[in-house]
Amino acid sequence: MNAPVLSRRSLLLQGGALVVGFSLSGRGASAQTFAPVATNGFAKPVAPDRVDSFLALGADGHATIFSGKVDLGTGVETALSQIAAEELDLPLDRVTVVQGDTALTPDQGPTYGSLSIQKGGVEIRQAAATARARLVQMASERLGIPADALVSQNGTVHPKAGGQGLSYADLVKDGRLDLKVDPAVKTKDPAQFALVGKPVARVDIPEKMTGRFTYMQDYRVPGMVHARVVRPPTIGADLQGVDEASVADIPGLIKVVRQGNFLAVVTEKEWAAVKAAKQLKATWSTWEGLPEQDKLWQHVRATKVTKDDVTSSTGDAEAALGQAARKLEATYDFAIHTHGSIGPSCAIAELKDGFLTCWTASQMTHALRKQLAAMTGLAPEAVRCIYVEGSGCYGRNGHEDAAGDAALLARAVDRPVRVQWSRADEHGWDPKGPPTLIDLQAGLDPQGNVAAWSSQFHIPEGAAGNVPLVAASLADLPHETTMAPGNIIGNSALPYAFPNVRTVCHRLASTPFRPSWIRTPGRMQNTYANEAFLDECAAAAGADPLEYRLRALKDPRGIEVLTRVADLAKWQARPSPMKDVAGDVLRGRGISYVKYELNRTYVAGVAEVEVNRSTGQVRVPRFFVVQDCGQIINPDGVRNQLDGNVIQTVSRVLLEEVTFDRGAVTSLDWSSYPILTFPDVPEVVINLIDRPSEKPWGAGEPSAAIVPAAVSNAIFDATGVRVRSVPFTPAKVKAALQGA
Amino acid sequence: MAQPISLDVNGRPAPVSVDDPDTPLLYVLRDDLGLHGPRFGCGLGQCGACTVHVDGQAVRSCITPVSSLKAGAKIVTLEGLGSLDKPHPVQAAFIAEQAAQCGYCINGMIMQSAALLNETPKPDETAIRQALAQNLCRCGTHQRIVRAVQRAAGTL
Ligand code: FES
Ligand code: FES
Repeated sequence: MNAPVLSRRSLLLQGGALVVGFSLSGRGASAQTFAPVATNGFAKPVAPDRVDSFLALGADGHATIFSGKVDLGTGVETALSQIAAEELDLPLDRVTVVQGDTALTPDQGPTYGSLSIQKGGVEIRQAAATARARLVQMASERLGIPADALVSQNGTVHPKAGGQGLSYADLVKDGRLDLKVDPAVKTKDPAQFALVGKPVARVDIPEKMTGRFTYMQDYRVPGMVHARVVRPPTIGADLQGVDEASVADIPGLIKVVRQGNFLAVVTEKEWAAVKAAKQLKATWSTWEGLPEQDKLWQHVRATKVTKDDVTSSTGDAEAALGQAARKLEATYDFAIHTHGSIGPSCAIAELKDGFLTCWTASQMTHALRKQLAAMTGLAPEAVRCIYVEGSGCYGRNGHEDAAGDAALLARAVDRPVRVQWSRADEHGWDPKGPPTLIDLQAGLDPQGNVAAWSSQFHIPEGAAGNVPLVAASLADLPHETTMAPGNIIGNSALPYAFPNVRTVCHRLASTPFRPSWIRTPGRMQNTYANEAFLDECAAAAGADPLEYRLRALKDPRGIEVLTRVADLAKWQARPSPMKDVAGDVLRGRGISYVKYELNRTYVAGVAEVEVNRSTGQVRVPRFFVVQDCGQIINPDGVRNQLDGNVIQTVSRVLLEEVTFDRGAVTSLDWSSYPILTFPDVPEVVINLIDRPSEKPWGAGEPSAAIVPAAVSNAIFDATGVRVRSVPFTPAKVKAALQGA
Repeated sequence: MAQPISLDVNGRPAPVSVDDPDTPLLYVLRDDLGLHGPRFGCGLGQCGACTVHVDGQAVRSCITPVSSLKAGAKIVTLEGLGSLDKPHPVQAAFIAEQAAQCGYCINGMIMQSAALLNETPKPDETAIRQALAQNLCRCGTHQRIVRAVQRAAGTL
């Protein structure tokens, strides 16, 4: 039932091997437009332990890679192609990647957590290496030459000594590639890399630059109709009545769909849906369940704690605090943030013969499939989710929710339905990065070193998982009742060797808005508090902030990123703050460091800031960053990610905060939720450390973690005033300056 | 009632019919003409994702009612600016600089920059940043975008 036909490709079954010949006519969705129909008992294998699940070799010498991890605009399609082509000894232009299709790709877990290369890429590498080893072995049997006298090159296996070789297509015809992935397979020696580690140009960029790319928002299905959702005016409002006559004049109106508190309009044309959604009269109950925004932190502090996660405990922090020569304490907070995708979420669903197909920009199609099945009452096997790249999501934004909307509507109107969220839908209803409140205490010894460190993080309970779908909640269909804010306890513990440390996460029973992970979830907020408070300790000790960190850092790779970034930024050793400052605009610099989740990528950064003393305005003209993520697959792609992390996070810390009244989000557009624009974007200066013989680690998230503290520390360096509340708005900075 | 209107899009006549004269140009271009260049980002004139050229000027198609267009107005979208084989110099520069992450904002960046370079062939960096001040990018591709415009202007 769920076996797809690769309709754009000629598919041959030969000796059990999957041989796919294909031609592609453009990227984006066009690479993945397969119809969900059954075929002669053949299903593309997707089990994560089979080579055939990950790759198919074509009769035309091309390879298709099937990746459960998807490109969210981060460039992993190119990086995964590099890994596969390298391991298969194929030129890059003979590798194509099919992404996130539950019928075709193995479930490699959601595309989050900076794991696409570290986990997804490594799995593809193993599958490709297993395939290549088998191809060489098959050639050895056919040619009667020992395998170690053969070499694979350009899609052919031939004798090292020269002479006639056999192409992969030729070889696969005779045998089977349906073998198990060998996790112990010998992968290519990094010294031989021709593609990995090179700044290969991204495969999707030319089409994106010329309007030839098909984003989710561009995707069309025959017979498709358009829908807009009409969300409740307050989060908990109940729908009391709908006046369908209010939209009777809308041309091409197909249906007003109402199910519980879920409301939407479906029309033949898109603009009609926009108009109908605006025009539809509905009555809702009042609801005022949100806390007052200006009492948010009292609210967080008063929220019931369901458990404590002690994320590190060394020595006796409490006793050491009591004995410390000097004691410091501070509270940091980080506002509620939204993802802020430039393209609002969009999805299409079609229900046909009891089979639901959903085209979606979801970062987790395999998990979404289960959610849609639960919501619609279909068996998971009767649901297929197909990834089509959308606007960048930076975590779990509204993509999955739009898919839920589309699924519900496809059932209601019996035609394929495209749901496009409005800007207000996205800003108002995507799940939010929860508010984070952190209390810290430190005790210094007579030399000013940290003798004791104790921290309490007030953050919602839950981990990564499925975020409940808005449509399922509103329509009261089966959905998750637990929160999934992501793994937000990461980096609450420290990368430094202090003698007495206790870090505790108080997990809260609730948080004002449906939470999810925003890029670098928890790790960004926690590192912000840790690295800024450590700077407070350095200042109290009268120490240079870099030297102070190095005193307590034992990890050589950590030491290297810190010393390198200091060189890059021409760091001058001296304690903060600056002395003898004058003038209206004060300048300073701040440093920050992270070992991501304490077990992978190392990043250090230096922010330069300008603080206008009379307005409180902060600018970040320049940001230096050094990263060691082990083996680099595509240095240009990594640089692009670092630019993005730094700029997005500077935006977050200077400007961003979700605003709300007692019923709903009020920051529903870009003027009420401003982000950083060109005139204020920092220059990002990057230095990468490549370690080809090490494991490849994630690069999509870690560098966001160092930004907030580097900026806070630089503001302190410039002004002598510590800002501890993100965003560092002019009003807050001015107030702090006046209080100083 | 559906009304026929005749547009000139990417150098070709494009007859379409709209139910509502207030329909924004963006919806006509995307839904009736199947174009992928202009993108829906906000519908409020705040982000620039929907930018097209109307008689050489950068215009936000999401807030441009199709009825407000002058007869004979020449509309050019990202597709009409250049192609994969023959990219416009600004498109070629964006490709050379690899100036995209998700790329969703890039239509607006290229259309706005191409209009800028028509008027000011050699803008300095500050002028480029000012010209793009109302174009939003969430991925943080700004540095590469500025470099791409400088490259297209021959000032890199
Ligand atoms: S979509 Fe037109 S300006 Fe945002
Ligand atoms: S590249 Fe993604 S929004 Fe600009």
